Amino acid sequence: MRALLLTVLLVLAGCSSQEEPPRTVTVFAAASLTEAFTTLGKEFETANPGVQVAFNFAGSSALAQQINQGAPADVFASAAPANMQQVGDAKEPVTFAKNQLEIAVPKGNPGKVTGLANFADESLDIALCAEQVPCGAAAKKALAAAGITAKPDTLEQDVKAALTKVRLGEVDAALVYRTDVKAAGAEVEGIDFPEAAKAVNDYPIAVLGKAPNSAQAKAFVDFVRSDRGKAVLAEAGFSAP
Amino acid sequence: MTLDAVLRVDRAGLDLPLTVEPGEVVVVLGPNGAGKTTALRALAGLLPLQEGHIRLNGQVWDEPPRTFVPAQQRRVGVVFQDYLLFQHMSVLENVAFGLRARGTPRDAARARAMTWLDAVGIGDQARKRPGALSGGQAQRVALARALATEPEVLLLDEPLAALDAGTRLKVRAELARHLRDFPGRTVLVTHDPVDAMALGDRLVVIEDGQVTQTGAPREVARHPRTAYIADLVGLNLLRGKANGTTVTLDTGTTLTTVSANSGSIYVAFPPSAISLHHVRSSEPNTWLATVTGVEQHAHTTRIHLDNGVSADLTPATVADLELNTPLWATVHPESLQTYK
Amino acid sequence: MRKGRLPVVLVVPAVLGLAFLVLPLVGLLARTEWSEFPSRLLSAEVGEALRLSLVCASLATVVCVVLGVPLAWMLARGDIPGRRLVRALVTVPLVLPPVVGGVALLLVLGKRGPVGGLLESWFGVSLPFTTAGVVVAEAFVAMPFLVISVEGALRAADPRAEEAAATLGASRWLTFRRITLPSVMPGVVAGTVLCWARALGEFGATITFAGNFPGETTTMPLAVYLALETDPQAAIVLSVVLLAVSVAVLASLRDRWVGG
Repeated sequence: MRALLLTVLLVLAGCSSQEEPPRTVTVFAAASLTEAFTTLGKEFETANPGVQVAFNFAGSSALAQQINQGAPADVFASAAPANMQQVGDAKEPVTFAKNQLEIAVPKGNPGKVTGLANFADESLDIALCAEQVPCGAAAKKALAAAGITAKPDTLEQDVKAALTKVRLGEVDAALVYRTDVKAAGAEVEGIDFPEAAKAVNDYPIAVLGKAPNSAQAKAFVDFVRSDRGKAVLAEAGFSAP
Repeated sequence: MTLDAVLRVDRAGLDLPLTVEPGEVVVVLGPNGAGKTTALRALAGLLPLQEGHIRLNGQVWDEPPRTFVPAQQRRVGVVFQDYLLFQHMSVLENVAFGLRARGTPRDAARARAMTWLDAVGIGDQARKRPGALSGGQAQRVALARALATEPEVLLLDEPLAALDAGTRLKVRAELARHLRDFPGRTVLVTHDPVDAMALGDRLVVIEDGQVTQTGAPREVARHPRTAYIADLVGLNLLRGKANGTTVTLDTGTTLTTVSANSGSIYVAFPPSAISLHHVRSSEPNTWLATVTGVEQHAHTTRIHLDNGVSADLTPATVADLELNTPLWATVHPESLQTYK
Repeated sequence: MRKGRLPVVLVVPAVLGLAFLVLPLVGLLARTEWSEFPSRLLSAEVGEALRLSLVCASLATVVCVVLGVPLAWMLARGDIPGRRLVRALVTVPLVLPPVVGGVALLLVLGKRGPVGGLLESWFGVSLPFTTAGVVVAEAFVAMPFLVISVEGALRAADPRAEEAAATLGASRWLTFRRITLPSVMPGVVAGTVLCWARALGEFGATITFAGNFPGETTTMPLAVYLALETDPQAAIVLSVVLLAVSVAVLASLRDRWVGG
């Protein structure tokens, strides 16, 4: 699906570099933004007839690499400032949303998890993200802030994989983003914990210097940062910057 | 103590009654595709019968639909056409395999296998792999392997077919000796009349799955009853109705015989008994024939005539004949054998 | 054999095909910083992941041989109804994305799965997030390679040798052990090697079913994937190590058993 999207994007980019002013805004966005940005994209298209918004959702580090390799993107929305910094071409990134960790437990909370302290319980099955990926780094920060030595059974390669383990009931708890808990719907229950405030993820967004369609790219960024944009993001579980 | 079988397998069109006494060698002779191998596989337990039965000593081996004893529980030994020696084992292990499978301890099995290898004259090859043997040696290993388990029934499928002519003569003589010594019942299938005559106590001729003639080899060779057997034993075979010494053939020609008969009879005579001429002779048993084919053999020329009769002439005689025109064929009454 | 000029229509795609397979490996080797190689190789995590990879791949291969050879025998020789369908089912893990295979394993052998639930309540055994789980995931993905290879060898072998054994009084089990198996040994060895190689490189089903925990379920491919997130150079070193080990093992096996 992703490859198909990319192909479409490349074809569109190829076409649009001709005489007419470009009608497509190409947005590279972190996977966690999928639901919120899809909604915002549709609304933006309705508000600007004739303009289309094309998305490429993937892990932020993969997107940063693609942009550096010359992928024709107009806008980059990253899940972490570090990935934004990797892209030398980003013009004045601004934080447009924040995401924070939440404890995800399977429906019915079979492990009777109440807070971060349960993560030190050897008898529970616990999933964390691997330290190498953003949710793992955030989890490490939060656990350190709480002074807890977690006893995880698995270190998942990304947040969706950790959530899958919760969804299937294979683990009693995992540390994931609040937005992921929201997206998972009724199968997963979220439990807030105070230390989450110590490990908040900033989501920066920027128009790219080589943007083929910088005018409408700027308009899309403004729309994301508008009150309507904030409302949609809040619906998805993000908090305001 | 008799092996008593009626073998019916529809797929091969096989319908073969068979009895074999202890010590007897029954040869099932027939052309390729007659159902010989199917019959052997049914006896071995590799193919269930569809109808009929196989019984030995009052013990039922196969009687559809109730009983089927699989191969490994029958006391049979089989020499397959291409021997099917186990290539990854030594010759000795091949021969010891059946004994080991039936529970003989390893050393005893090897000792017995060695005895058998010596008996068939290839004890010195015991350590070799079957791949390193000549055709004749492999045949002997196959025989030793089949005999080593002391089976009640020995089955041989074209045991000499894979050998060249020179080896064949020697191996055939040895095989005949081993079969004479074997106390059980032997069924050997072949399409080779020489093997059949040399090895069999009794022949069962099958064509298209059906028995066409049975009897001692001499009897079958002298008095063939089908074109196939007549051709195998090198005789011309005709059928007709006898009235005294006159036989009216199915083709309308009449022949005069020495012995007097009546009713439906066979008339057989060797191809060498016919002579061919351009001019009608005054001899009896002369008829006008057309040449339908010519075959050159080693020292004779075989001429096929239009009524299914063949004549063997010397090349010199043939040179004097004009084969494109009808010729007068003559056969002397004394050369004609008649039998019911 | 007839010698002479090889036809261009075959040589050109053959060379392109070879280049396509080899160039990425060359690229990998070219980008390796060899000066760091020894220190990285000797680091605890690499040793641990490598050891785990070799142990799990070998155990998975044993599982595949023990279960897969009889399965191949049944497919090649057994008179079972719906054999075509069974054969098709056996090859499913070949086309199934390994991640989906991992999810499927979780659904059946996981805590809430019908089989996994029984294992847990009867024996107190739980497979996910354990080394045993890694072996299960690798065996699931690698078994078809063995089954297909052995079944092919069995179908090519002359079944009449087995009939000869039967007439000598051998039971089917003895026949299988002493006649059938030795005659298809090259196929079994080739299948085992393929199976081991596939298990060694297994990633998707392993990380999905067994998770990722250093020393317990983090095999080399998992370590490579996670290293790529932050430290591509480390990932390259790990890959080269995996490559070297598998090439060495396969080459030695090939010389010894397959003879080509």
